[in-house]
Amino acid sequence: MAFIKFLKPKNTLEEGGRTAAIVQQDALEPEKTCPNCHRSFPVSKLWADRLVCQCGYHFRMKARQRIRSTVDKGSFQELFPSVHGKDPLDFPGYPEKIDTVRTASGELEAVICGTARIGGQECCLFAMEPSFMMGSMGSAVGEKITRLFEYALEHGMSVVGFTVSGGARMQEGLLSLMQMAKTSAAVKRHSDQGLLYIVVLTDPTTGGVTASFAMEADIILAEPGATVGFAGARVIEQTTRKTLPKGFQKAEFVLEHGFIDEVVPRTGQKKLLSQLLRLHHGGDRFESDTI
Amino acid sequence: MSQTPYSIVKMARDSSRPTGLDYINGIFQGFIELHGDRRFADDPAVVGGIGQLDGRAVTVIAIEKGHTAKERSRRNFGAPGPEGYRKALRLMKQAEKFKRPVILFIDTSGAYCGIGAEERGQGQAIAENLVEMSSLGVPVISVLIGEGGSGGALALAVADRVWMLQNAVYSVISPEGCASILWKDAAKAEVAAKSLKLTAEDAKALGVVERIVSEKDLGQQPFFHRLRQMLVQELEDLSEEEDLVSKRYDRFRRIGVEAVRETV
Repeated sequence: MAFIKFLKPKNTLEEGGRTAAIVQQDALEPEKTCPNCHRSFPVSKLWADRLVCQCGYHFRMKARQRIRSTVDKGSFQELFPSVHGKDPLDFPGYPEKIDTVRTASGELEAVICGTARIGGQECCLFAMEPSFMMGSMGSAVGEKITRLFEYALEHGMSVVGFTVSGGARMQEGLLSLMQMAKTSAAVKRHSDQGLLYIVVLTDPTTGGVTASFAMEADIILAEPGATVGFAGARVIEQTTRKTLPKGFQKAEFVLEHGFIDEVVPRTGQKKLLSQLLRLHHGGDRFESDTI
Repeated sequence: MSQTPYSIVKMARDSSRPTGLDYINGIFQGFIELHGDRRFADDPAVVGGIGQLDGRAVTVIAIEKGHTAKERSRRNFGAPGPEGYRKALRLMKQAEKFKRPVILFIDTSGAYCGIGAEERGQGQAIAENLVEMSSLGVPVISVLIGEGGSGGALALAVADRVWMLQNAVYSVISPEGCASILWKDAAKAEVAAKSLKLTAEDAKALGVVERIVSEKDLGQQPFFHRLRQMLVQELEDLSEEEDLVSKRYDRFRRIGVEAVRETV
């Protein structure tokens, strides 16, 4: 009878294989695999957790999903929805590229702007769209961001923004580059009137967007693990031929170097944003001429 | 004589072209260099200080590439780090305090791309310059004398007037970088250079620069004399202008507006 003992399963794998660490779901429901912990989850389960895996990995989020999961239900009013770019430089392949991207993303441009309430607090809001040329900034993105800050200035409102971008859109050449100056000037005007701007940097925020409105907020928050930097890590590695330090350009690394106020998991963002907005919206702000 | 955009890129990069310091020495009298960003270090890629232009004190800032191999290496090939941008900003704020106009000479392939530069906030340093220059309360003139490489050049070019040398280039990305990202082939740089519209003529047509400076006698006394006269005249015009900051806002505000559509 010794062979029976020999045949006994030795581990869970032999007992029937490792199963995903979640409750049984309808077999037909699509699943998503976490690139960090490699476990699979039904999409509905991930949705309930704002696209955050149990291991803490933050999946990329489309702009409208982000807005929906951040603002008070039904409070979002879109601004400048029809503003979009054309092909100002006759750049080879750009019109075709942008057509494909519009169909695939369902958006006209790489940023969505509007007004909303977060925890009852009114604000202007922008969210960049990762599925639209990785949130690259061309003339239309620059124009929409600038208009939003001008709108916020006119109405005395705070701005909350979610960035995700590979940088300036090279197919619009110098015009894209100039959007960095244009948006920065609009941020400055808004700021000079004592108005609040909070940004949440999400994965990835790089290049010309990092070097302009992403780094110009009064309060800079970031999602865990988000890549935040100016030059691309691969380019730096190739140019300098040095090994990059651990966690290089990750939000936690940038926080450690003093360029981010706090790294905030997605699940805690709404609460923190509403608290910060409330602290700046109070009618009892300290006036220097009262003493 | 017709040159391709890519041949102009090569000319703009030519190490025999006059560099930032040549302009400072050729145009201004009694230049006094001021070092350091008061935060971390002195960036050798950015030279700044006070000089005289036609008897008037001005703040001068230039990106310096160097001529010889040794000098170019010491200047980090004209690629400023965050310290360079912060030094420039410090000197610009100083100029504002003492009501001196600011004149900047730009010649860089781009902001330095390295580990330390990222750790010390390259993106933040550039962003801060864009913000602060947009509202600097004194006249600002930027002259692109060679390469105008992306954000690293723009960080010194939020000005009332931006001029370009005839064979200078100004671009969001290098033609080689663009070609390798878009077409996975750096050899297509020629096509990229043409498509990016990076020459002085292109930049002027796009409303990004006001004036193209002829390169006749480039680097020689008559050249610097001519450029000096142009700067003197422009500063005179600018000092009579009212609402300088708001005009500067409008200058950048309208760029790209025509590249945007609004459909219903």
